[in-house]
Amino acid sequence: MLRITCPHCGARDELEFSYRGDATVTRPGPDADAGAFHDYLYLRRNPRGWQVEWWQHNGGCRAFLKVLRHTVTHEVRAVAAATETLEVPGA
Amino acid sequence: MSQRFRLPAGGHVDRSRRLAFTFDGRRFEGHEGDTLAAALLANGVRLVGRSFKYHRPRGIFSAGVEEPNALVELRDGTRREPNTRATVVELFDGLAATSQNHRGSLAFDWMAVNGVLAPWIGAGFYYKTFMWPAAFWERVYEPMIRKAAGLGRASGQPDPDWYEAAHAHCDVLVVGAGAAGLAAARAAGATGARVILAEQDFLFGGDLLNEPELEPWRGEAIAALQAMPEVTLLPRTTVFGFYDQGVLGAVERVADHLPQPPTHTPRQRYWTIRAKEVVLATGAHERLIAFPGNDRPGVMLAGAARTYARRFGVKAGETAVLFATHDAAYDAAFALAEAGTRIAAIIDPRADSAAMQRARQAGFTVQAGSVVTGTVGGNALRGVETGVAGSGGRANAVAADLLLVSGGWNPAVHLASMSGAALAWDEALLAFVPAAAVQRERSAGACRGVHGIGAAAADGAAAGRAAAIAAGFAPAADVLPPDTPAPDHRPYELWEVKGRGKAFVDIQDDVTADDIRLAHREGFSHIEHAKRYTTHAMGTDQGKTGGLVGAAVLAEARREPVAKVGLPRFRPYTSPVTWGAIAGGEVGQHFQPVRRTALHGVHEALGAVWMDAGLWKRPAYYANPGDADAWASVLREARAVRERVGVCDVSTLGKIVVEGPDAATFLDRVYANTFSTLQVGRARYGLMLREDGLVFDDGTTTRLAPDRFFVTTTTAQAGPVMQHLEFHHASAWPDLDVSLASVTDQWAAMSIAGPKARDVVAAVVQGIDLSNAAFPFMAVADCMAAGVPARVFRISFSGELAYEVAVPAGYAATVWQAVMTAGVPHGIEPYGVEALGLLRIEKGHVAGAEINGQTTAQDLGLGRMLKKKGDFIGRTLAQRPGLTDPARPRLVGLRSVDPARQIRAGSHLLVDGRSQGWITSVTQSVVDPGWIGLGMLREGEARIGSSIIAANPLMGEEVPVKVVSPHGYDAENLRVRA
Amino acid sequence: MAGYSGFRVLTEGLRGNTGWKPAWRKATPKPAYDVIVVGGGGHGLATAFYLASVHGIANVAVLERGLIGQGNTGRNTTIVRSNYLLPENNNFYEHSLKLWEGLEQSLNYNVMMSQRGVINLFHSDAQKHAALRRGNSMRLNGIDAEILDPAGVKAMCPIIDVDNGRYPVLGGLLQRRGGTARHDAVAWGFAHAADARGVDIIEQCEVTGMIVEGGAIRGVRTTRGEIRAPKVGLAVAGSTSTLTAMAGFDVPIETHLLQAFVSEGLKPLIDCVVTFGAGHFYVSQSDKGGLVYGGGLDGYPSYGQRGTLPTAEHVYAAGISMIPALGRLRGLRSWAGVMDMTPDGSHYICKTPVHGLYMTAGWCYGGFKATPGSGWCHAWTIAKDEPHRLNAAHTLDRFREGRMLDERGNGPYFWAH
Repeated sequence: MLRITCPHCGARDELEFSYRGDATVTRPGPDADAGAFHDYLYLRRNPRGWQVEWWQHNGGCRAFLKVLRHTVTHEVRAVAAATETLEVPGA
Repeated sequence: MSQRFRLPAGGHVDRSRRLAFTFDGRRFEGHEGDTLAAALLANGVRLVGRSFKYHRPRGIFSAGVEEPNALVELRDGTRREPNTRATVVELFDGLAATSQNHRGSLAFDWMAVNGVLAPWIGAGFYYKTFMWPAAFWERVYEPMIRKAAGLGRASGQPDPDWYEAAHAHCDVLVVGAGAAGLAAARAAGATGARVILAEQDFLFGGDLLNEPELEPWRGEAIAALQAMPEVTLLPRTTVFGFYDQGVLGAVERVADHLPQPPTHTPRQRYWTIRAKEVVLATGAHERLIAFPGNDRPGVMLAGAARTYARRFGVKAGETAVLFATHDAAYDAAFALAEAGTRIAAIIDPRADSAAMQRARQAGFTVQAGSVVTGTVGGNALRGVETGVAGSGGRANAVAADLLLVSGGWNPAVHLASMSGAALAWDEALLAFVPAAAVQRERSAGACRGVHGIGAAAADGAAAGRAAAIAAGFAPAADVLPPDTPAPDHRPYELWEVKGRGKAFVDIQDDVTADDIRLAHREGFSHIEHAKRYTTHAMGTDQGKTGGLVGAAVLAEARREPVAKVGLPRFRPYTSPVTWGAIAGGEVGQHFQPVRRTALHGVHEALGAVWMDAGLWKRPAYYANPGDADAWASVLREARAVRERVGVCDVSTLGKIVVEGPDAATFLDRVYANTFSTLQVGRARYGLMLREDGLVFDDGTTTRLAPDRFFVTTTTAQAGPVMQHLEFHHASAWPDLDVSLASVTDQWAAMSIAGPKARDVVAAVVQGIDLSNAAFPFMAVADCMAAGVPARVFRISFSGELAYEVAVPAGYAATVWQAVMTAGVPHGIEPYGVEALGLLRIEKGHVAGAEINGQTTAQDLGLGRMLKKKGDFIGRTLAQRPGLTDPARPRLVGLRSVDPARQIRAGSHLLVDGRSQGWITSVTQSVVDPGWIGLGMLREGEARIGSSIIAANPLMGEEVPVKVVSPHGYDAENLRVRA
Repeated sequence: MAGYSGFRVLTEGLRGNTGWKPAWRKATPKPAYDVIVVGGGGHGLATAFYLASVHGIANVAVLERGLIGQGNTGRNTTIVRSNYLLPENNNFYEHSLKLWEGLEQSLNYNVMMSQRGVINLFHSDAQKHAALRRGNSMRLNGIDAEILDPAGVKAMCPIIDVDNGRYPVLGGLLQRRGGTARHDAVAWGFAHAADARGVDIIEQCEVTGMIVEGGAIRGVRTTRGEIRAPKVGLAVAGSTSTLTAMAGFDVPIETHLLQAFVSEGLKPLIDCVVTFGAGHFYVSQSDKGGLVYGGGLDGYPSYGQRGTLPTAEHVYAAGISMIPALGRLRGLRSWAGVMDMTPDGSHYICKTPVHGLYMTAGWCYGGFKATPGSGWCHAWTIAKDEPHRLNAAHTLDRFREGRMLDERGNGPYFWAH
């Protein structure tokens, strides 16, 4: 069971949250071409290690959060608001 | 039958409480405090089961969860539980158990012939044969194997009992309530920390239960824990898994020790425990030694026999031989001698030891430097063959009905391993112990190789204290552990005595040392391969007694140390867990919650036949007494809408308020069409794409104020659309000043549709001019309806003049009633989802069957809605060649050439025998009777007017259909604008 | 090496089973091969087998980081079927199923392919229509499929509760030729047969780098030295992203975890494979007697091979809702595999941006049944440097072109398939 500490609500079980993708990709601007949108939507680094991810606290405050999580150990090291930036350790 | 092997005194059974039970139909008695195994032994029952493959006779081997043999079908009828370990079943009055996995009687199982076939049905034999002829596998070989395999029989009936889920948070979870666990819980509890102490046994104490002189310490420890308000004691609770971030799963057997659960009591309770710190005090499992005949009834782990004598007051045999490789095992001989069992011999491969000398002083015959080479007997042990260690020859035969075996102890490292900790080889104990912790856990006592009650208690106390401090509590005064001598658990390295006959390393799955060597010979030399090839340690006991022995046999074959060979990875569950417990209450009718609209009761009173729409219950149709069948109801309702007026509950549609200075900009970006140009008080049909350019959802959106919109979604996509909007607001355009609120449940909505809709709505609402000029198609206004605040939308899904009246959910029934009353003069009828579907198919409106995640706006004939200017979700990727390919199937209307011949959604549309599309939605028509539908068809527009085949080979149907425009009904939209 | 047969089992048994030899050689790497296959799971071993047996390319090394068959081949729920909607998928899986049907004989190894039938239950009209569309697509492509009413479902599996659940069963889509196979044996069988044809199977040999020169693959660096080959095929579920990153490109894959479970052994209770349509649950019973069951993804990326409780709770609840008689039985073991999820739920067997580098990847949680078909098509693609028509659509580029193979229309979300 993952436990994620929502900055608004506190530590909660994973079942209150839903994962919503790699948070290191950003939607291209209005003038971007199909290639940029392809990369945004489809290509993933898919690291074996730390990853910054989108999780929505949909069973709570509904905020979209950035979560720094390890994809092998599942350790959650940091949780931040959507507008904040999380650095991947060692990256 | 008397309890012939029950001692007159001692132990933790209440001899004044006599409990009757049956085994294989024979009646016995035991006492409160017994396990089924203890009670069977007390009555001299030795043969309790048959092995998995060779159907060899098997007896009680252990006194705990590690039991490989004594698996029974417990209870009967709908409560039958196959594979239940007699060694952990708490005896209750009226208990009924049956032996399993035999054909014929337990004593004479004709499947035992498999033992003779052993040379040909050893490990992995089935991979090398049964291949010819190919068809024989399913028809002949496999059914034979399936029938012979398996263990107990499931009841095949629904479980009459119920289960519940419970959640707990604590500072320190202590798993196991032996000396280490009790001391840990006490030390942690003394700091004021919230402590949970979980013990799988029904009594706390572990090995303390075998030490009468330490009973005061045990009693005092339990009393102290009971007195601590922040300590929760959970007996009969198995912690089955250690998951991420300090979360552990446990099952509490609330009522398994009773004939059946009392009223309002669950059978078991499933705990999810979130612990800041965990102390694992799970003890150790004694391990077997592989020697020929090491599985015969009467062969028992030494510690188990000691437990039966000391804790249960039962002697497991009259004459015993002890086969031990370490001093601690001698305690069993002393305990049994005390109980009146004659110790015929002690067989020990070592030359000398302190325990050996004590045993000799006590008058026991000790054969130093010797090993057990075989066993004699049939369904029960009659004698033990011994020989000189390392010689291989047979020296002696000793008559005995009990052979006590101890090859050492394996720390129960399962939970530590599941938590992520690596395992380290302890050369002294010849066993794996937990290495550095990964999560916030620590092991204490025998589960990390600290043996002896005093030492384990001290270790536990230190761990409990450290855990509480780590959880943020101040240390409290220590309670001294009992001062006891620590028996020496360091074994002589002896895993196997080679000789003629089967020497088992996995007693349950009938895996022999030879099987392990065969696996090695065939290249399955890694422990993971060997395990899978031989099924070693894959039984219900998961190799708790023999797993490491098999690894050691493999190590010898590989000429490598056991430490290098290692063990397979530990995974949940530490012990098998009941399905019902994990499922909890969310089964059957409660599998998922039911969502009911505010009008549910109204529909019920009207005779609604329900259908599931996701979690929602919606009226499919209303069965009137005069309706011949379901279709009659649906057609009647639809006809009312087309000819007069109908009312339909559309409350399940998703409703989202989008508000803020940037609301219009936001909607322009999430919708494929434009909303910034929408006037206040007007609605517009909107189409939403996914970023990949495929259609996501549709609905009408209203501008309530310059900065305030009311978005509606389909019922199915209400949640996903909300999340989609929130995601893009958070991730793509956090700069937009807009807020989103789902109001689906706040508003009830009903659609009043049909030529007479205006008359009906006008009679219900106040403060609004409904004339076509004042309130045209797509107009929206706030007003009062039946005396309550309401909002009226002039929108239509049916293709008729229609109004949607939305009111706060609490007023829904009142307003519905007012609508129905106002509709009486016009012949109003309520209509359900089926009629709604009929009407929209006639009209050619798309719904979930067409917006199925595989279609583009162009496919659905909605391509012109995509705005040419400005960014919106899906704009760019919708232009990819595969999505703009003119060869893609397009939406068409379909009509069965013979109006009486039914067509079906899911049929394929064949042109020249090849599938060119499929039917998405089907109905009977009321405007032009016969079967009609919508479908997706390649070159759809070009084929309009042609006849093709709707093929449904699954049901043997081929129906000629005519391709027509999907918008056949009132193509000019005169009716909706009337 | 002498083949396996009932006769051989008989004679070896008489000789104390001392004559058996390793099922495959423990090969040591040569400096160069014609083809290197990275990954000693079912797909990689099958690729090597078909390279040798169909294309006559036997100078092949299979490089495995750990042990063969210890990835998803060793931790799946053993289901084999070809009941797909899209012709690109159902034709591929049907080819694979046909290979399964003759696999024992081609490999001289009993993989216990057992055509017990696979039923997908449906619980609403919408699900029924989707099942009809899919089943009819199968039938029109020459694949067996049947539609069952509730009584038909009961006849196949009497302990299913068709009436009383939250979502009553309206029927099921049955593929009788679907079933199960003994998962470990598939790896061992392909290894045995590939080895017999001269393929080097090299365990404990981890690829640490890809040698790419001028846009073309030249070989790989491994923990056992550099090995060169003009062609390299990747069959490395769970490590695809890592290896393609070494070769210099990202792929549309996100690696998720999927849990699976086995119960205690039981006498025969469930004769076919059944999937629940109102929740994530499926079950079959192994020849050993254990019920093998699972559900959906936990829902977040993971290489941990470790699941958590909420998903398990759903699996157990859905199981009992479908078959109330499961309530009193006991789960014995749970585990998790790593699933290379793609944005449309379909796989890749294709060339890559690096010349001479090929891959079979992105199998989501359907890779086991694909094992022979994947190996067959991958081998073809490697041997001919162009895809077979059965895998022509399964490219990495299909997303650039907008030609997704999305069976259920779940959209470009890795976790949604």
